[in-house]
Amino acid sequence: MGNLIGVLFDGVAYGSLLFLISVGLSVTMGLMNFVNLAHGAFAMLGGFVCVTLLSRLGWPFLMTLPLAFLASAAAGFVLERTLYRRLYKASHLDQVLFSIGLTFMSVAGATYLFGPSQQPVQLPDWLRGQVNIAGLDVGSYRLFLIGVVVAVTLALGWLIERTRFGAQIRASVDNQQAAAGLGINVSRVFSLTFALGSGLAGLGGGLGIDLLGLDPTFPIKYMVYFLLVVAVGGAGTIRGPLLAAIVLGIFDVAGKYYVPEVGAFVIYGLMVILLLLFPNGLIGRRS
Amino acid sequence: MSPAPVVSHSLADGRWKPLEILFWLLPVAAFFLAPGYLVLVSQIMIVGLFAMSLDLILGYAGIVSLGHAAFFGLGAYTAGLLAVHGWGEPISGLFVAAAVAALAGYLVSFLIVRGQDLTRLMVTLGIGLMLFEAANKAAFITGGVDGLSGMMVGKLLGVFEFDLAGQTAFIYSYVVLFLLFVVLRRLVNSPFGLSLKGIREGGRRMPAIGADVSKRLTAIFTVGAAVAGVAGALLAQTTQFVGLDSLGFARSAELLIILVLGGTGRLYGALVGAIVFMLAQDYIAGLNPAYWQFWIGLLLIVIVLFARGGILGGLERLAGPLLKKNRNGGKP
Repeated sequence: MGNLIGVLFDGVAYGSLLFLISVGLSVTMGLMNFVNLAHGAFAMLGGFVCVTLLSRLGWPFLMTLPLAFLASAAAGFVLERTLYRRLYKASHLDQVLFSIGLTFMSVAGATYLFGPSQQPVQLPDWLRGQVNIAGLDVGSYRLFLIGVVVAVTLALGWLIERTRFGAQIRASVDNQQAAAGLGINVSRVFSLTFALGSGLAGLGGGLGIDLLGLDPTFPIKYMVYFLLVVAVGGAGTIRGPLLAAIVLGIFDVAGKYYVPEVGAFVIYGLMVILLLLFPNGLIGRRS
Repeated sequence: MSPAPVVSHSLADGRWKPLEILFWLLPVAAFFLAPGYLVLVSQIMIVGLFAMSLDLILGYAGIVSLGHAAFFGLGAYTAGLLAVHGWGEPISGLFVAAAVAALAGYLVSFLIVRGQDLTRLMVTLGIGLMLFEAANKAAFITGGVDGLSGMMVGKLLGVFEFDLAGQTAFIYSYVVLFLLFVVLRRLVNSPFGLSLKGIREGGRRMPAIGADVSKRLTAIFTVGAAVAGVAGALLAQTTQFVGLDSLGFARSAELLIILVLGGTGRLYGALVGAIVFMLAQDYIAGLNPAYWQFWIGLLLIVIVLFARGGILGGLERLAGPLLKKNRNGGKP
């Protein structure tokens, strides 16, 4: 029984990390209708910023996370302004090709700068080991991770539901033309939202080094997972990807724990089945 | 693909143009003039065949697939396993591989016709990854990461042995490629091929003129899978080895690159893309494989942003005004 709860806990931690990285992708797909396979590259950038600050400059772990966010957000902002926005109206094939190209370049660039090996991460002492909660030993880093994601999700919910900028995002998702007609600067909303999503991916990449590992093939290795969260959860919402990420996280961890010989098969099978049952995602956006 | 190219709405007359005949004489020339490059040219022809199979479903029917290598790998493993277990006759091996890949394609096509772009993309990606994972885990059948070795491929037609210089493999690949090309050329120039273009250009309107979209997509997807299976089997038989990478995502992505590089929706685009890509890869990857990926990525971005339609699309745009002038000049 304790085993099962442990697996569930790990699954939730894993799922919340997936959610943190993918939520930006969900917004990009929902808002701009852009299939961005290069989303993992922003997460990888955040991870490498973390590792560099940690090991080369000796910064404390918690200080590196905001910088990971900022670096990825800045990269996302620049790329959106220069390249992505040219392709909003293009076909999905063009978008797929463009973002595959970007992914390949990021993989090659990271290999050139950091070498092909896994990057080590030295967590502070208070995040290592286990803590005992209600008679159950849980990894303290995973607990920390869940805490961060809950905080980020609440902040994100507040941003989107309660602020003026959030209202502008929602308006732009629902109807771009009407939003522009009401005086909302839609292209600025796009840029900022893209930067925000990339930044969150960078934060997730930094937080996830311990769980997911970090090497130059990161964007390709986890691309499926991020896409999966969005495709299954439904693009353009926050609750959909959250639910999907938790479900996928739990199934992935449980699959690897209980039936290791089947490996990643569980997750791919689950994906195909979910996509067939819910072609528009678990929580479809109200039209 | 977009902006929408000018599509001729009549059936092509199907006559072979001089340029086409010249194109198909190129490999023959290579056979006599560059005997040191036979293996490379055979590989190019096989990749070209594979890219052509993707062109059918992507260029003509407009289905974006990120997992087309699944069918290539299925064909390769089918031919490979047959040869390992004593069925070394190559031509029947090709047919069996085509049948297996076609069956898989037929089954997958029902998932394809259900969804839209994003769902299709994910489903093809997922199925490709599932097969990769299956081949990886079933090491007792497929050899896992080490690849499938120990193939005993018999003599072609019972006479010609596969030699080290690659002469038999070259002729074998060339003949298979050419025969399949003739069939596919006929297929895409038929009313059926025209209806596929109609689905690509405006899928919702096709039912209104009485075309069953799902049935046509199923048919072309099955054909595409079968051709990919033949390409995989060809590679397995001529190299006498099947690696796990024949199923991988990288191969599917590479294939997409080859196709858009050459130009989609025109069969020759796949072949031209394969030639350019493989020659460049042979040259650059020899220098440094990591750089290769960087340049490929850059190339993709440049194609998408500035050179839609690929090499053949660009040439057509260049030659377009000239041809028009000629045509007008020719008419009294």
